[in-house]
Amino acid sequence: MGRPVAIIGVGQTNHGRRMDVCYPDLVREAVVRLYEETGLNPDDIDGVVSGTMPSMMEGVALTHFYFADAMKAAGKPILKTETCGSTGVSIAHTAYYWISSGMADLILAVGHEKMNEGDSQATMTTVAEPFYQRYFIAGAPGVFSMQSQMWSVRYGLEEEKVRDAAAFISVTHHDSAFDNPYAHIKIRVSMEDVKTARVITYPVRLLDVCPNSDGACAVLFASDTMVKKLGLNKVAWVKGVGYRGEEYYFGDSDKAVWQSAVGAAQQAYNMAGIKDPRKELDVAEVYNPFTFQEMMFYECFGFCGLGEAPDLVLKGTFARDGELPCDPSGGTLCTNPIGATGLIRTAEAALQVMGKAGDHQIPGAKTALSHAMGGVDQFNGIMIVGSEL
Amino acid sequence: MAKEFKTIKTEIRLPYELAYGATWTKFFEGMENEIIYGTKCSKCGRVLVPARSFCPRCFVNTDEWVETAQEGTLTAWSYVNYSYFGQPIKPPFIGALIRLDETDVDFLHLIGGFDLSDFDLVRKTVKNGMRVKAVWSDERKGHVLDIKYFEPA
Repeated sequence: MGRPVAIIGVGQTNHGRRMDVCYPDLVREAVVRLYEETGLNPDDIDGVVSGTMPSMMEGVALTHFYFADAMKAAGKPILKTETCGSTGVSIAHTAYYWISSGMADLILAVGHEKMNEGDSQATMTTVAEPFYQRYFIAGAPGVFSMQSQMWSVRYGLEEEKVRDAAAFISVTHHDSAFDNPYAHIKIRVSMEDVKTARVITYPVRLLDVCPNSDGACAVLFASDTMVKKLGLNKVAWVKGVGYRGEEYYFGDSDKAVWQSAVGAAQQAYNMAGIKDPRKELDVAEVYNPFTFQEMMFYECFGFCGLGEAPDLVLKGTFARDGELPCDPSGGTLCTNPIGATGLIRTAEAALQVMGKAGDHQIPGAKTALSHAMGGVDQFNGIMIVGSEL
Repeated sequence: MAKEFKTIKTEIRLPYELAYGATWTKFFEGMENEIIYGTKCSKCGRVLVPARSFCPRCFVNTDEWVETAQEGTLTAWSYVNYSYFGQPIKPPFIGALIRLDETDVDFLHLIGGFDLSDFDLVRKTVKNGMRVKAVWSDERKGHVLDIKYFEPA
């Protein structure tokens, strides 16, 4: 195992429809906030890693070059990490590996996206191979909805109960977004609103799906040596990382029990020494662009047994005041600038264990899980952080 | 009222010519002749469809060709009711995973052949595990849409 690594600071933009700024200025907004928060400056940094969704999203290829100035990266080693929806967690992993290997002490990690400038689902569809599958996947909602549909039928779950549980998740996350100053969608919705909204990709309706957001997130990772040198006591130590991919073709692997999600979580739990995640985790930031899919993740991550999630959701087990609060930030459901979204999950997990999550702080949170997923139902990544080394 | 800032409309169009290679070429020749080709892995014995040049699990070449059944059962589906730029199929449509008989992976395609305009009717018609069969287009071009859709059998 490499040397210990901690997250020492977070900067986020106000996420939303940000046609008031050009893309580089949006990125810089997050970076400037990070430096204001930490009191450090770009001269202190050993390297920079950033990432986005495919270039077709905004029509600029290799954005880490475009944003070299906005990230103050000139004269430093620079990397881009791109794993579709899981990009943000992969950026965090890259920063972790970089420092843990001993090659750097302070790494700036930046995720960003400006989804309102292009056509997000047309972009997403280019992730699928062009001969056969691209005709049918219908963007992200198409494949992920099919997966949720498969899951609910696999476990013989009553359609109405699953529908209610998904609506409950939508209502509670939309409420939580009001406590997150950076969240995009801030609307009060009722169970009835969610259940009668327009069908987008059955079973997903309009209020079961995330928005197109513009936003950026910057996170500073430091070695244990640097944490000591700076005399910091409120940091988020990286306790576990996990990442798994699957075979490419949608249809080749079972998606109802999503093996890459199971495997990524298991790898991270093994590293963090976690045996009973529901008891040992204090909060989780699960990547949840679709309400139905969030329940599958609870099961894949061992928060509950297979097919049990809807009952526990309706009991409030994963609500803000429940046994394992999930997405107190409002999650991806309310804010999704995709290249930033996974890193926002990690940033939010870090803020929770540092006690800096403000109005959506889970009192006394010491251990938090962050997650992101992506590809044509293909990749899952996890990072677990804790307040103690 | 916040000040409004200017935007610029732009676009990027690039032509491509993508190589199919031998395996996809034969698969699409099959489509033109109302044949769905799969390949069988000599190591794990799975029949993969569409045909592959190698088994992604065993990482060995798959050169045993199989004409698969044109009927199967529905594994999963989604009623797609939104659109995006360049969408190849006009919504509403139903994307579906179909397990063709005697194959070992799900084949992604469409189900149809009935009224898709009313979602509540669709919900009553479509059930996981239902039997479906391929319906071919009269004008086939060696393309995956030579199968118009799979209809309830």
